[in-house]
Amino acid sequence: MAISTPAEVPAEVEIVPAAEVPEVELYHAKSWVTKYVFSQDAKVIAIQYSFTAIAIGLVALVLSWLMRLQLGFPDSFSFIEPGDYYQFITMHGMIMVIYLLTALFLGGFGNYLIPLMVGARDMVFPYVNMVSYWVYLLAVLVLVASWFVPGGPTGAGWTLYPPQAILSGTPGAEWGIVLMLVSLALFIVGFTMGGLNYVVTVLQARTRGMSLMRMPLTVWGIFVATILALLAFPALFVGAVMMTLDRLLGTSFFMPAIVALGEHLEYGGGSPLLFQHLFWFFGHPEVYIVALPAFGIVSDLLSVHARRHIFGYRMMVWAIVAIGGLSFVVWAHHMYVSGMNPWFGFFFATTTLIIAVPTAIKVYNWTLTLWKANIQFTVPMLFAIAFIVTFLNGGITGLFLGNVVVDVPLSDTMFVVAHFHMVMGVAPILVIFGAIYHWYPLITGRMFNEALGQFHFWVTFVGAYTIFLPLHYLGFLGVPRRYFEMGETSFIPESAQTLNEFVTVVALIVGFAQLVFFFNMAWSAFKGKKAERNPWKACSLEWQTPEMPPGHGNFGETLPLVYRWPYEFGAPDVEEDFVPQNVPPDQVITKKGPEGLPGGAAVQPAE
Amino acid sequence: MVVAIALVLVGIGTLLFHFMSPWWWTPIASNWGYIDDTILITFWVTGVVFVVIMLFMAYCAVRYRYQEGRRAEYRPENNKLELWLTGLTTVGVVVMLTPGLFVWDQFVTVPKGAAEFEVLGQQWQWSYRFPGKDGVLGTSDVRNISDENPFGLNPKDPNGQDDVLIEDSEVHLPLDKPVKVLLRSIDVLHDFYVPQFRAKMDMVPGQVTYFWFTPTRTGTFDVLCFELCGVGHYQMRGTVVVEKESAFQAWLEEQPTFAQSLAEAATGTGDALKLVLNEGEADSPERGSAR
Ligand code: HEM
Ligand SMILES: [Cu+2]
Ligand SMILES: [Cu+2]
Repeated sequence: MAISTPAEVPAEVEIVPAAEVPEVELYHAKSWVTKYVFSQDAKVIAIQYSFTAIAIGLVALVLSWLMRLQLGFPDSFSFIEPGDYYQFITMHGMIMVIYLLTALFLGGFGNYLIPLMVGARDMVFPYVNMVSYWVYLLAVLVLVASWFVPGGPTGAGWTLYPPQAILSGTPGAEWGIVLMLVSLALFIVGFTMGGLNYVVTVLQARTRGMSLMRMPLTVWGIFVATILALLAFPALFVGAVMMTLDRLLGTSFFMPAIVALGEHLEYGGGSPLLFQHLFWFFGHPEVYIVALPAFGIVSDLLSVHARRHIFGYRMMVWAIVAIGGLSFVVWAHHMYVSGMNPWFGFFFATTTLIIAVPTAIKVYNWTLTLWKANIQFTVPMLFAIAFIVTFLNGGITGLFLGNVVVDVPLSDTMFVVAHFHMVMGVAPILVIFGAIYHWYPLITGRMFNEALGQFHFWVTFVGAYTIFLPLHYLGFLGVPRRYFEMGETSFIPESAQTLNEFVTVVALIVGFAQLVFFFNMAWSAFKGKKAERNPWKACSLEWQTPEMPPGHGNFGETLPLVYRWPYEFGAPDVEEDFVPQNVPPDQVITKKGPEGLPGGAAVQPAE
Repeated sequence: MVVAIALVLVGIGTLLFHFMSPWWWTPIASNWGYIDDTILITFWVTGVVFVVIMLFMAYCAVRYRYQEGRRAEYRPENNKLELWLTGLTTVGVVVMLTPGLFVWDQFVTVPKGAAEFEVLGQQWQWSYRFPGKDGVLGTSDVRNISDENPFGLNPKDPNGQDDVLIEDSEVHLPLDKPVKVLLRSIDVLHDFYVPQFRAKMDMVPGQVTYFWFTPTRTGTFDVLCFELCGVGHYQMRGTVVVEKESAFQAWLEEQPTFAQSLAEAATGTGDALKLVLNEGEADSPERGSAR
């Protein structure tokens, strides 16, 4: 159905569909331990997920400094040996992608925001939700344990390609790889518990009036990402189990006949490419598991702080769904030069470039949201705009790598490293920062320090862009990724090393600037100015709770009723420039006085 | 204002960096100039989009910055605009993809009469094999590998007897002759890549992969391994010398055939010294990383 224009005021406004499921009795914690440690409250679980993810993420950050030190000053850090370097890249990459970004977006933001934004008291399966976190924590601990076993963690690269991953020429092939695989399997088990919760909560526990097409894009992003994860992680799980069997029991799923370092091995008949297919069948959707929540969140940040509705809401929803669906038929674009049948290249290049269309539409709609808006350059807004810049840049280089022939010279070069850092490293991290600043008042009840936030933003954004932009050009030159040191070549000029030194210095500066962020967060939690209610004047439900921070059960006595979409900003005829989702139409104060039209409250994409 | 300036600076800065970067692709030495052309097309299409969007955002950032009392426009959708944008994007995608697929078609279609040679990868060194007088490479199997038969050739296969074996990281190729490079690994994944040739492919144990190209410029080029293959990955280097046909033939003549090397191994003379040297080389990455 088409959108009604402000002129018509359809009577359906008043119709609020019945709740799909009746309210259930909440679990009430009886002791401090069940309230804050073994908690079943999604908000507490969200905080637990977030702290754990950020803590292990800091390890990955420190690893990136070590790698950068080695790349920038290859002769100065004799304590970094080749084996160490490969362990660093592996652990850095895996932690960043899985244990930080996936856990933080879904376990952190998903848990905190889904129930609040759809108007539920909690997740539908609170107990499973709690177990999900503890299994995740166990996965992290197993991962960390691999530093303390003989041989250290695996150095097989985050892609863990066999046969290399389980042969002795690779660091950690004894123990490290086993712990990595076990940790991944645990992560997936934990995630599945949480993920089922998020999906069922979105489908079944929305409050009355909260139709799917009235959900904030944040919820849409997390919802579709979770579905992707539930479908994609099993492929990785199977791959991990099979590789563990190859390593421990001597099966040959991925292992052909091999002579390694002069010795005939017992393996035979397996296919290394099979693993790559399993890995990327998971790995490509994984990119969107990280990206879709970021898409959703950034849409909300842009809309709220630009004081304008998101442009093309329905198109944005369909783009999320389309991208999610298509992301399952592009995986082999990571394998153009893997030795698979090269004819697949035609298919996968085509699907990959098709996915660019809905993705581009999202970018257009974000920027069109700024058109004729009333933009407040708050800290969250700055991060949201920076996201568009880095995502645009990284998306564009994706068109290079997706176009099969172009990938041939560029694959496994620094161009790839620059591309994926822009698009799924820097861009989502910027959204995470923006989101933390945005919801900080809700979570803590206090405001962060604006000046420190601005400082943190500028250093992080400009720094990260400066780090990764030039690396693309090293890739063109032919500088490979995953090289401990370049050594002598005939085609790489001296200046490339100078650039590497420069990038390392900037990386260290950006890294240390994060201390400002952590200081701001910690200090403001106790000493920050008390936040007023709904400080950003947002429309979505999480800001409309009776208490802030929201209490146990989120919404007090009765659940809110939802009358409109979450982007009712700048509606004509309405006194305020925003109307929260749960304000009944007859209470919307119009410019013509209380007797006037219900104003913009009537205008929303119909279902 | 600051934001608008920053957006313009980032947009213009990126462009300037692009055009002034001292780091750019190496001068090409193969027929794959088409790949470079496709990259340039992609640069133009995406570059325009990048600049337009950056400037558009910068404009919004100035023009629509917060003013007390101003209202944003209320217009949730604009189907016409969205259709246009979708259409234009689709055109852009077609402009990039079509040449890309045409070139890929050439990439996967090895010209008739391309000469074959094999690259063998192992941790962490390269060796090479030419088909010999009969023009056919003999069959091989990892299970045949031994000290005397490092390539794992099938000793019973008559086609393999005259195969020329190069147990050295340097290989020579004739100028202007299309070659099909057959890629084989005996242990883990590797990838044979010469940046000036633009073409590469992983080598996968248990299967034979390939790509083709025509060297178009004489010279000496670095081979680098482009697929992580263990701690010695970054040291897995080689050399390709592209030279005139006659010089190439002269070089090839001097290399031992499979039959010769078997005979020599049996009598224990000849290349023994060379073998020792080779082993020393092969060991070094390991030693370098012993911990
Ligand atoms: C300022 C922050 C960061 C810096 C300086 C940095 C630096 C690096 C470096 C130097 C490498 C190794 C490149 C190579 O030799 O191949 C690397 C690899 C990688 N990074 Fe980052 N990184 C950062 C943040 C991130 C983030 C946020 C992500 C999340 C997606 C990420 C994901 C990866 C992955 C997946 C790899 C590949 C690992 C592999 O090759 O197996 N990085 N990073
Ligand atoms: Cu992908
Ligand atoms: Cu290698």
